[in-house]
Amino acid sequence: MSNSTLPSPGLTAFDNAPAARADKKKGGFDWGRLVRYLLLFFFLIVVLIPVYVLVITSFKGIGDASPDRAWIFPQEFIGDNWLTAFFGDDLAKANPSIGAALGRTLLMVVPAAVISSFLGSMNGFVLSRWRFPYANVVFTLLLFGMFIPYQAVMVPLYRMMTELWKYTPLTQGTPSLILLHVIYGIPITTLIFRNYYQSVPKELIESAKVDGAGMLRTYSNVVLPISIPSFVVVLIWQFTSAWNDFLFAVFFGGNPGTQAPVTVTLNMIAKGSIMTDYGITMAAAFLASVPTLLIYVLLGKYFVGGLMAGSVKG
Amino acid sequence: MRLKFIAGLAAAALALTTLSACGTPETPPSSGGGEAPPADTATQSEVFTWWTSGSEALGLTALEGVLKAKYPNVEFVNGGVAGGGGSAKELLQSRLQAGDPPDSFQVHAGAEAQDYIKAGQVTDVSALYSEFGLTTVFPESLITLLTSEGKIYTIPSNVHRANVLWASVPVLEKCGLDTANAYYATIADFATALDKCKKAGVESPLAVGNTWTQVHLLETVLLADLGAEKYNGLFNGATDWAGADVKKALEDFAKLMSFTNADRDTIDWEPATTKVLDGTAAFNIMGDWVPALLDSKSLIAGKDYLYAASPGTEGSFDFLADSFSLTEGAPHPDGAKAWLDNISSKEGQIAFNKVKGSIPARTDIDLAAEGFSEYQQSAAASFARDAIVGSIQHGAAATIKQGNDTNTAVSKFTTSKMGAEDVATLQAALVAAYK
Amino acid sequence: MKKLKAYGPPVLMIAPSLILIGIFVYYLIFGSVQTSMTDIHELAQATGRQESHFVGLENYATLLTSPDFLHSLRNLLVYTLAFIAGTMFFGFLWAWLLDRRSKAEGVFRSLYLFPMAVSSVAAGVVWQWLLNSSTGQEASGLNRLFQYIGLGGLQNGWITDQDWGILGIAMPAIWQMAGYIMALFLAGFRGIPDELREAARVDGASEWKIYRYVLFPQLSPIALSALIILGHMSLKIFDLVVAITGGYTYYPTKVPAVDMAFYLNSGDYALASTVGVVLLLIILVLIVPYLVHVAKEDK
Repeated sequence: MSNSTLPSPGLTAFDNAPAARADKKKGGFDWGRLVRYLLLFFFLIVVLIPVYVLVITSFKGIGDASPDRAWIFPQEFIGDNWLTAFFGDDLAKANPSIGAALGRTLLMVVPAAVISSFLGSMNGFVLSRWRFPYANVVFTLLLFGMFIPYQAVMVPLYRMMTELWKYTPLTQGTPSLILLHVIYGIPITTLIFRNYYQSVPKELIESAKVDGAGMLRTYSNVVLPISIPSFVVVLIWQFTSAWNDFLFAVFFGGNPGTQAPVTVTLNMIAKGSIMTDYGITMAAAFLASVPTLLIYVLLGKYFVGGLMAGSVKG
Repeated sequence: MRLKFIAGLAAAALALTTLSACGTPETPPSSGGGEAPPADTATQSEVFTWWTSGSEALGLTALEGVLKAKYPNVEFVNGGVAGGGGSAKELLQSRLQAGDPPDSFQVHAGAEAQDYIKAGQVTDVSALYSEFGLTTVFPESLITLLTSEGKIYTIPSNVHRANVLWASVPVLEKCGLDTANAYYATIADFATALDKCKKAGVESPLAVGNTWTQVHLLETVLLADLGAEKYNGLFNGATDWAGADVKKALEDFAKLMSFTNADRDTIDWEPATTKVLDGTAAFNIMGDWVPALLDSKSLIAGKDYLYAASPGTEGSFDFLADSFSLTEGAPHPDGAKAWLDNISSKEGQIAFNKVKGSIPARTDIDLAAEGFSEYQQSAAASFARDAIVGSIQHGAAATIKQGNDTNTAVSKFTTSKMGAEDVATLQAALVAAYK
Repeated sequence: MKKLKAYGPPVLMIAPSLILIGIFVYYLIFGSVQTSMTDIHELAQATGRQESHFVGLENYATLLTSPDFLHSLRNLLVYTLAFIAGTMFFGFLWAWLLDRRSKAEGVFRSLYLFPMAVSSVAAGVVWQWLLNSSTGQEASGLNRLFQYIGLGGLQNGWITDQDWGILGIAMPAIWQMAGYIMALFLAGFRGIPDELREAARVDGASEWKIYRYVLFPQLSPIALSALIILGHMSLKIFDLVVAITGGYTYYPTKVPAVDMAFYLNSGDYALASTVGVVLLLIILVLIVPYLVHVAKEDK
């Protein structure tokens, strides 16, 4: 990669967050800006078209929610869809509760994302800046794990997990999912951190080495603090993929009705009957994506302001 | 040995992650162990179904209620997983092969159960048939279809009919067709009616949905053209899939497909059937779960819509049934037996089918007295009277694999130009699938 | 001894990952390769009720001469090209548009990212509606929308075309992932110190040249990561196909991962494993250039 050939920016360059790169024009109407905003709005509308269908359908009753009427407003707004989706239909048990599933899923996804981020960061650091013989081979071996065809290994994987449950019965359900997301997250988290650390000025780490700091200390005192931007990226990634994962969730999530994550619950609502109630399904789908959306809104901020700042604080 | 070692390693790793997981571990579901409690103490019954929402879930809840009344010491554990994308069957298979089976699982009665029988995953329940007195209350032809080499492995809880034609009265009027009776004696007659509709300005008079509904249509055409006996022969080698009569049926199927809606591959059965209810199509051939949709639109039989046996199939009952197994190596065999007694009992079949809209497999229930709908009563009468044949799409006549291969072949066919060459390809694929 | 001290800690640090990947990836892949060389085409063989035999590469021959599987491979190729091109294009464009601090940037950014938060189960239902293949009078979905906005000429059958239907699946996939690529590129843009651009400007470089010689090289590691992420997602494309087409058997949009699930569902473990191994081999071929790149970079 080219970063080493470029003039390595001195540390001082990082002292200030970059000034806003607003197009400064000396007087006159800023046409470029207008075009830019128009384009941004246009794409926003394009992106939101499916969301529009999702949201208006969530207010429709059974006959009303159909592909023919996808664009049309509900004949009658049925807000109850949202209540049923969130709380479930406890009395009649015709629908499981998304609300309960959200809580369970958070308990699974947060540890999964955090643990795999740390693992990835350690691996990335070792593989990029604290090298050992055959580091590239090891990196390749780890990376290749990303491509494992899950469907083909599901049956033996299930058998392996059952063996595991025999020894540690308490690990069924959530802990199993955490384990699997951590393991199958290793390749991608390692890749992202390794690429990031490659771009960190070598001097930073070399200077720590000169100070006589061992690897672990270098990692915790120098590397970790500057890793925030990558942590944001990796956390977002792992959070999203664990959150939206369906395959592992349905196989290893424990009892589908009472223990499994939100995607399984959503699928139970959407496909659990010969007749789909699209209104409740869409409301449930929207509720199921709210936590991920929140993460984007909250951490997204970090992305912008924090990226450069993050690498200075070290 | 190697597996154990590896599992040990993984266990160590898992212990680490468990420590860091902040949630308290859930109570472990009943699995892994083979420690069935003695019959007189409390036990449980984990039942694996794909009924997780809507009327199916309500029916399951009703069954749970009956179980509680009959067997107060059996705790019902709902292991239901929705079937979307087939994930339910894969999960079930993984559990069975890993020695972590549910006590009883749902399977389409008939050929689909064959896979599990051959794989040694279900137990012979013939003895339970006599114990529960089922041999005389199920129709003989149903028992024949369920029997495999003299043994029966599953017990049906409910029955649906696949060969039903649904028609829109206003559209029939517009087309100038009979608005009192929607039965057509042959596929040719039906095609004539469709043609008439098209000329009257109904762009796609026959509504159909994505691949599985097309296979559903195909099986009713096969049944019409071959007749019940030859149709049943398709699955035991007596009828040749390569024969001229099958070819004729495939051509008829292509003909019918030419009257169908362009968006068929992007809609499921409900939007397809809704086309009939909304008056944009005249006909739809679909199983008798349609009434649930009709009720949601408050339509009235005879006035708004008609139903009849699908063209050319009067006197045949193309059946599909959900049934339950006693799993080989079930952790709680007593719980499983309680469940099987429950679903096959009068109370259970009444409670479940009234909610789900299907009909009981038992013929000793007075549907009118129990308050079943008019349609259900008529379907039950046909079930007791007609020649019973098994559905291809719904696993009664075709194994999972055969059903899958049929779907792929039909999908390839209906997305092609459906010319003579394509018919030949389809027929060849079907021959291969059922050889 | 000294060597041990130098190499010990890094090896220890990476060992847990290696062991886990060894068990959960390579051991399982090894099992798949084994199964792919047997004739386990029935469930009864998988459970040992019926005999199974070693058949060498027969399953590979079966698949690679089957027009239906070649159709899947071709679909995968078309899909991958469209998906990567689409996400990279929109991702880059949006990042570029947002790079010069805009008002309400956070709103745009979050909303562009939103599709990624929608699970495939839900996205599948919505897109199945949008990709409705009726045109003209009976049109709904996007085709109807085209009519509303006077672009009726754009109507088409989307996923129903046997040759190009797979592009209909690429659309929702691009919709889902473009926002993430935007975020990556945005981070990349922001990671480039202004001084670099300023210095280039002072030197009189044109905007294009600044991009060509200053920004693009800085973005290339990000582009590479993005390519790998997208590549691995596209090879595994599964959820959307199943959700939109309602199963494993829709012919026009068949792809290998769906075939794999199809065979698994049929109890044909031999062919399911064979498809899996074929996918891995394809990846192996594609990943070689990247490895060469990594090796070069080290020198």
